[in-house]
Amino acid sequence: MELGPLALSFEVAAAATLVSAVVGVAIAALLAARRFPGRDLLDVILTAPMVLPPTVLGYYLLVALGRRSVLGRAFEAITGQSIVFTRTGAVVAATVGALPIIVKSGRAALEAVDPTLLAAARTLGAGPARAFFTVALPLASRGLVAAIMLAFARSLGDFGVTLMIAGDLPGQTQTAALAIYDAIEGGREADAIGMVVVLSAIALAVLYGVNKLGERAR
Amino acid sequence: MTVALQVDVRVRREGSGFSLDVAFEAPPGVTILFGRSGSGKSTLLAAIAGLVRPSGGRVALGDEVWFDAGSGVDRPVERRGVAFVFQSLALFPHLTAEANVAYGVDPSIGRVDRRRRAREMLDRLGVAHLALRRPATFSGGEAQRVALARAIARSPSVVLLDEPLSSLDEELRDGLAADIRAFVRELGVPAVYVTHDRAEARVIGDRVVLIEAGRVRAAGSVDELLPASPRG
Repeated sequence: MELGPLALSFEVAAAATLVSAVVGVAIAALLAARRFPGRDLLDVILTAPMVLPPTVLGYYLLVALGRRSVLGRAFEAITGQSIVFTRTGAVVAATVGALPIIVKSGRAALEAVDPTLLAAARTLGAGPARAFFTVALPLASRGLVAAIMLAFARSLGDFGVTLMIAGDLPGQTQTAALAIYDAIEGGREADAIGMVVVLSAIALAVLYGVNKLGERAR
Repeated sequence: MTVALQVDVRVRREGSGFSLDVAFEAPPGVTILFGRSGSGKSTLLAAIAGLVRPSGGRVALGDEVWFDAGSGVDRPVERRGVAFVFQSLALFPHLTAEANVAYGVDPSIGRVDRRRRAREMLDRLGVAHLALRRPATFSGGEAQRVALARAIARSPSVVLLDEPLSSLDEELRDGLAADIRAFVRELGVPAVYVTHDRAEARVIGDRVVLIEAGRVRAAGSVDELLPASPRG
């Protein structure tokens, strides 16, 4: 079994989970806390990656982040390397898949916190930020941890968007999901089977863990 | 120094036909807001605290203006220095009794002093033994006492109580009602107490404002407006 692609998958998934956890929880908090113009639109745009074909999503990202785009050029000017067809591209692809999961489940978890408790925190002298970090976040923590675990599992398995914007470069952007495709395609089933087993085991373990968290929350 | 809470609040709920238009003054001591459920008492209390934004009017404590629709003043909840006891008590389920009480104590005095103050308050309300336990294990009366300790520990400038005893049986209710009255006396600040229970109002209240369908029907002393004999 090749360990390179698996190791790369873990590295990419860890980075994508970190980014989407921080950004996703912040957006979920914003969506849960207040009505503002464009709230529904933001929700739809953030959820779209769950239903769009990966090729369509990948195309948008290529246009937005490619070497000729404003963002792509700015990134290249600062870091000296492009976003697309690099490891960064793989992280972006995985993040785009993971973000909706965290925003959706995170928002649900935060909205399930009794608003009277937040009101109580405010009457006890806490500003909105302190009320969020000391009351909402701890009380929603099980739901948020479950969302982050699912996001990690999702990041680990991204295929289509990664292929579109990061390519399939062995040793650079070839994650396990891509390596499995290559191995099967090239008639090297034996190379694929180890990675298949590992990815399946992780997915099942994560889902089991998420269910357990849900049970204890009740 | 006696500082009165001046309330003049208008709240309209779009579409529901509900409207509140109430003005009264609460000097130090307990002012009862008395009326049926749905008469707007709780909304009024939330508006005083700053949890609900009135569509018009003015709320001030002495010459400290908390809300004024005319000049656009709307001081955030956390800077009004109120103590609010919710009907559901709203104890933080993830914190111990001590941490619940310490939550509202001025953060500038330091963690150790905050904890000490919390212990003191729990002790005064006779629930010091609960200090390190979480709310899920409290009885109704215990939770009530912890909530009261939490509200009063922060030396509030106004105490707001939204039917805090409604979930207790009569015996516990009378004991706590007397405690609440004693605490408010000691603080020497205005307290506004929402209830629809005549006996409770008589034990706790100094003055009464009768609220009916979002309007003040009468205001005066407890004996005058809520005489001891029921039916009336």
